[in-house]
Amino acid sequence: MPFTPPKESYNGKIFELALGSGEKALAIGGENVLSFHGFEGSTPRKPVIAMEVQDIAPADWPQTVQDVYKDVSGDPVAWALHCQDKLGAEAIALRLTGTHPDKGDISAEQAAATVKKVLEAIKVPLIILGSNHAEKDTAVLVKAAEAAKGSNCVIGKAQEANYKTIAAAAMANDLKLIAMSELDINLSKQLNILITQMGFDREKLITDPMCSALSYGLEYTYSVMERIKLAALAQNDPVLQPPMLADAGMYVWKVKETQAPEAGLPEWGSLAERGIAWEAVTASSFLVSGADMLIMRHPAAVEAVKKFIAEMEV
Amino acid sequence: MALTGVEIFKLLPKTNCKKCGQPTCLAFAMKLAQRQVSLDQCPDVSEESKQKLGEASAPPIRPVTLGAGTRAVKMGEETVLFRHEKKFVNPCAFAVKIEDTLSEADAAKKIDEVLASEIDRVGQKLRVDAMFLSNDSGDAAKLEALAKLAAQKAPDVPVIISTVNPDAAGAALGHFSGKNAVLYGANAGNLPAMAEKAKAAKAALGIAAKNLDELSDLTEKAKGLGIEDMVIDSGARKAGEILRDNTYIRRAALKKGIKQVGYPVINFAERGDEMLESLVAGLAVKKYGSIVVLGAVRKWKDLVLFSLRQNIYTDPQVPMQVQQKVYKIGEPGPKSPFLITTNFSLTYFIVSGEIENCKVPCRLAVMDSEGLSVLTAWAAGKFTASRISQFITESGIGEELEQKELIIPGYVAILSGAIEDKLPGWKITVGPREANGLPAFLKARA
Repeated sequence: MPFTPPKESYNGKIFELALGSGEKALAIGGENVLSFHGFEGSTPRKPVIAMEVQDIAPADWPQTVQDVYKDVSGDPVAWALHCQDKLGAEAIALRLTGTHPDKGDISAEQAAATVKKVLEAIKVPLIILGSNHAEKDTAVLVKAAEAAKGSNCVIGKAQEANYKTIAAAAMANDLKLIAMSELDINLSKQLNILITQMGFDREKLITDPMCSALSYGLEYTYSVMERIKLAALAQNDPVLQPPMLADAGMYVWKVKETQAPEAGLPEWGSLAERGIAWEAVTASSFLVSGADMLIMRHPAAVEAVKKFIAEMEV
Repeated sequence: MALTGVEIFKLLPKTNCKKCGQPTCLAFAMKLAQRQVSLDQCPDVSEESKQKLGEASAPPIRPVTLGAGTRAVKMGEETVLFRHEKKFVNPCAFAVKIEDTLSEADAAKKIDEVLASEIDRVGQKLRVDAMFLSNDSGDAAKLEALAKLAAQKAPDVPVIISTVNPDAAGAALGHFSGKNAVLYGANAGNLPAMAEKAKAAKAALGIAAKNLDELSDLTEKAKGLGIEDMVIDSGARKAGEILRDNTYIRRAALKKGIKQVGYPVINFAERGDEMLESLVAGLAVKKYGSIVVLGAVRKWKDLVLFSLRQNIYTDPQVPMQVQQKVYKIGEPGPKSPFLITTNFSLTYFIVSGEIENCKVPCRLAVMDSEGLSVLTAWAAGKFTASRISQFITESGIGEELEQKELIIPGYVAILSGAIEDKLPGWKITVGPREANGLPAFLKARA
């Protein structure tokens, strides 16, 4: 008896977003079906993995990830070039951690100078991230946006507390903007509406519904992403049609499972592989639930997710 | 295809006798359509109606049990495509492939690893659930020797026998009578003989098809041969094929009522590259696999996959809660800070994560607030001065502290006076509002 595949088609489509410029420019989104559902619709763009680089040495990363970058992590330009040239990164996410008042309180001007240097050095698209201190980020990201004018890169994250200034800066300098809210489809929708009401083009937005790590709330992010994607496609809700981001690495490399040595917890097995697998499984889960772009840290985890993406093509 | 309440009503006696416990036959029909009651509760339904309704009221994905006793795994009975709609029902089983080409010592080692795989994770005992005994040698005697070894060493662990040779199947299954094994490997060339062996051993039959067309053909034929319990494989091996076929199968069973594919699915994730294997297995966990076959047991891989399965199969309608108690983070001494928060799992994860990260040893009191976060719990009257003080007093934690000081979340700063009144001898300190303020707050005190 022949089996008739029950295909689904939707009225909605995710916006296609161009990032960067020149030969290494990229685009994400554009799909009119759920992630990796190319068998019943169009998925013109592969998900993109941006590798994370910081403006200061990553002292709060676990030793296993610090070691991988120990020769370059003191210098954001060297670090970014290492990721681009040696590790084949398709994009770089520069997190301005050092601007956080508790982590060095680097000035907005100095941060902007770092952004400029990194932008001049790399060819792949850049994602500029604040330190997630809502107040300081407004000052830092405004300067950073000016430094990145015309580069068609991404800046973020705009949150409920600070979206006005950051969205205005992104608009003035023609950058793409990440809008982050906290694990709720309605909050994501509300923030995207507020930002577009300022005159910001919704086709230049990236939705970050807030990430989480395996075993530490993964199922919340996973389901919020699935709901956003379904609302964008099945209900054709344009507010939820920007591509989605999963900023996975920073959540993964904080949890105990990526740090506790095997000696203390023999039943958890090898720490090196456990940490990499924790990041790779977390990140690939969010690709399945709807993310179009990932931010990751460990090169081996990035490598595994790239292989996974390749195997997902039928 | 599932019948509607009205269609079911037409097949009922329409006497409104109330013997089923419902006020009317229509009410009973409506509940039946939603699978909230069972047809057995109607004593007067005709045989003819029973047959029609039985067919229609069977779950769209047939329940099949793998193994027997305390390690038995229930599979199937899923009702939705997305976990936000409703809880996924029966967590998938992880099975490790053990080839009959291995030496006896190597096979024994793999069996031991399965037995040793159990870990305790957030209050649940999790383990590699099953052994997939694979007739890679093509030799019936080798498969039987492996089956014998597995049955001796791990008599309680559920087993899947994989072979395309009915004689090898019969001999191997002989070691697992009454154990609800699965016989995997029925294909277009061997179906009748494999069905006989499965029936004789009361094993479920694992259909190994080349594609979805052949799959629905083979399950139909197996049913005609009297096989009820099946596990199905569409032949998907690449990750993208697994997603495609599992999605089509789940949709066809649930939305179109296609019985030919209404069975638990078996997926194969084993790869030479074990990191990739973890991701492919993870895909099967998320997207509708009921048995996921792995190449090898590794403790790190187990932890990752068990955790993922636990996350995906939690009930989205029930806030995840952490047990009420005072948790130690690091190795706190009598002078270490003592903080309190609520028992919503995300709150706990974020707060404990920040504390762990800043490496200041602390005690963290997690109070039962019915799974609500701090502000919500405060607004709902679950996180009040009297409840907090009662919890702190009953915990006896004051004895362990040099100075009785409690740090409360900044969002409930308003409670500090009331708690101080109710906890004589305690100093109440207001901490940061958000967990990400904790590292700076704690380091400033150290």
